[in-house]
Amino acid sequence: MRLLQSIKMAMRSIRGNKLRSFLTMLGIIIGVSSVIVLISIGQGSSKAVAEQINQLGTNLLTVNVMNSDIVKLTVEDTEKFRKLDGVKEIAPVVSGRVSVKNGTTATQVSLIGTTASYQTVREAQVSQGRFLSDIDVEYRQKIAVLGANTAQTLFGMENPVGKYIQVDGISFKVVGVLASKGGSMGQSGDDVILLPLSTAQRITKNTNVQTMYIQAKSAEQLNWIMAEIERTLMRMFPDHQDSYSVFNQQDLMDTMSSVTNTMTMMLGGIAGISLLVGGIGIMNIMLVSVSERTKEIGIRKAIGAKRRDILLQFLIEAAVLSAFGGIIGIGLGLGIGQILSVTLKLSVSYSVSVVLIAFLFSLIVGIVFGVFPASKAAKLDPIQALRYD
Amino acid sequence: MAEATEEGSRQMAKSIIEIQNMTKTYRLGGEVVQALQGISLQIHSGDFLAIVGPSGSGKSTFMNMIGCLDRPDAGSYFLDGKEIARLNDNELAAIRNEKIGFIFQNFFLLPRLTALENVELPLLYRGMKIKERQQIAQECLKKVGLIERAHHLPSQLSGGQQQRVAIARALVGNPPILLADEPTGALDSKTSQEIINIMKGLNEQGHTIIIITHDWEVAKQAKRIVRIQDGRLFESRGDFIEASSVD
Repeated sequence: MRLLQSIKMAMRSIRGNKLRSFLTMLGIIIGVSSVIVLISIGQGSSKAVAEQINQLGTNLLTVNVMNSDIVKLTVEDTEKFRKLDGVKEIAPVVSGRVSVKNGTTATQVSLIGTTASYQTVREAQVSQGRFLSDIDVEYRQKIAVLGANTAQTLFGMENPVGKYIQVDGISFKVVGVLASKGGSMGQSGDDVILLPLSTAQRITKNTNVQTMYIQAKSAEQLNWIMAEIERTLMRMFPDHQDSYSVFNQQDLMDTMSSVTNTMTMMLGGIAGISLLVGGIGIMNIMLVSVSERTKEIGIRKAIGAKRRDILLQFLIEAAVLSAFGGIIGIGLGLGIGQILSVTLKLSVSYSVSVVLIAFLFSLIVGIVFGVFPASKAAKLDPIQALRYD
Repeated sequence: MAEATEEGSRQMAKSIIEIQNMTKTYRLGGEVVQALQGISLQIHSGDFLAIVGPSGSGKSTFMNMIGCLDRPDAGSYFLDGKEIARLNDNELAAIRNEKIGFIFQNFFLLPRLTALENVELPLLYRGMKIKERQQIAQECLKKVGLIERAHHLPSQLSGGQQQRVAIARALVGNPPILLADEPTGALDSKTSQEIINIMKGLNEQGHTIIIITHDWEVAKQAKRIVRIQDGRLFESRGDFIEASSVD
């Protein structure tokens, strides 16, 4: 129980010099809180990016045809991919740009001609009405589902479901509106109009599929399925690998997360330096404290304190000081993070491990920088120390 | 112990301190000072010894030797039957803790600790449990008549009271020797006499007491007086038998 006693003693000497102790702790407080705030912001933004990518659909592979003159991927071709092992669902897309008009209001939007499975593959949410159905595709129905922005532009606050719009001069009935997804990486997911695949082929006068979305059953199978798709495409279009690309959503996610992780590490590193500076502050004050308490050390040694006792006393004092600073820093860091996330709408993500690591690091900094002053105190000659004024 | 204080039987008593040919030199600003030049001294259990001498006589150096705060260059020092001249710092600390109770001129209480906590301190370094420690410390404060001031800080006590706390601290480890360095140096004559009376009482209870002083009024109340001058020791007050006739 001597440790407990030493901690009590350390608390007492910290309380005895409140202002100085606070100023000493300030370095650690700022260090720990900035570590927590910066890493939380870094992790928050990487989480936000991951979420955005995931909104495109989970376990998603995308086949893009760049040169449709050479690579003519028909709707029938895409059905072959559905039969591959591990593929859950596919959605072929015929795309283009069209002008849509409601009365006198007109706008240019991206056309996506696809099937009902697009909804599951891309995880598209419908805010009003319904999505495209297989029957619409089969009977070439002149119906349309609008992206959130498109609906906003054409109809304002009105409910577009059941209304008619002109797509390149042809009249279409609006059956649904997509929920807003927000844009990611330069593409707006909301400035679109979705038509049944067969109808879109007529509008664009093109039967070839430009894009095919393939959803895997699980994330583990993604790489394997990707290889399988590439092999199939190679067989279908030999010597034209440059004309299409297969794109793994996981790759994008990995790239993005490596970028944000580097950012987070950098921010954490900078904050860590301030924690180190705080440690030097502790060393400074402990050295002052040792020379100020030389007499006390002499008295303690005279009545039988061993070197180890004195060393431990000052080490514990440094550790308690930095632990206190660490705890206050954690509170401050979490508070600042919360304020930033509310006021600046930053996405902030706390993790227990970061808090723990920041705290342990502050404790270690305190102990490491406490060793030198403490050993200085422990080595004092009792006679000199008693005579010291 | 009672017999030990009786006349005649003292020389038969066990000597608790035995110093043979102790020398110590140190450098002071490039000058070599011979602080102790072959001092020999025997102190018996139950003694009340005063060491007197002018400043610069080697008195403080000798006290540091007796108090195991320093090591001699040559010579032997047996304390309670143990050679301690060649022990290392930690072993010396343990000896100080167990064998010697220090009483200093300026009391040297820790200002942030209460009287009781100050008294507990030697036991803390012995690794004793808090309950036991507090109980013994309270008993010692009772002995010096300060139990009702146990939770006061040193700054809230008078000089005499602080010195009594210091005496309680010296007593708490139940050491065979109490070593007092100018214990009355910072006190007025009335309080000084109170402190001396407490020490006399402790001596009657069997504690061996060594006082270092330059105050003759204090020294002459001891049973035995030795004088240090120029690093040499003199028995200035005859032998032990005559010591009881002082006053």
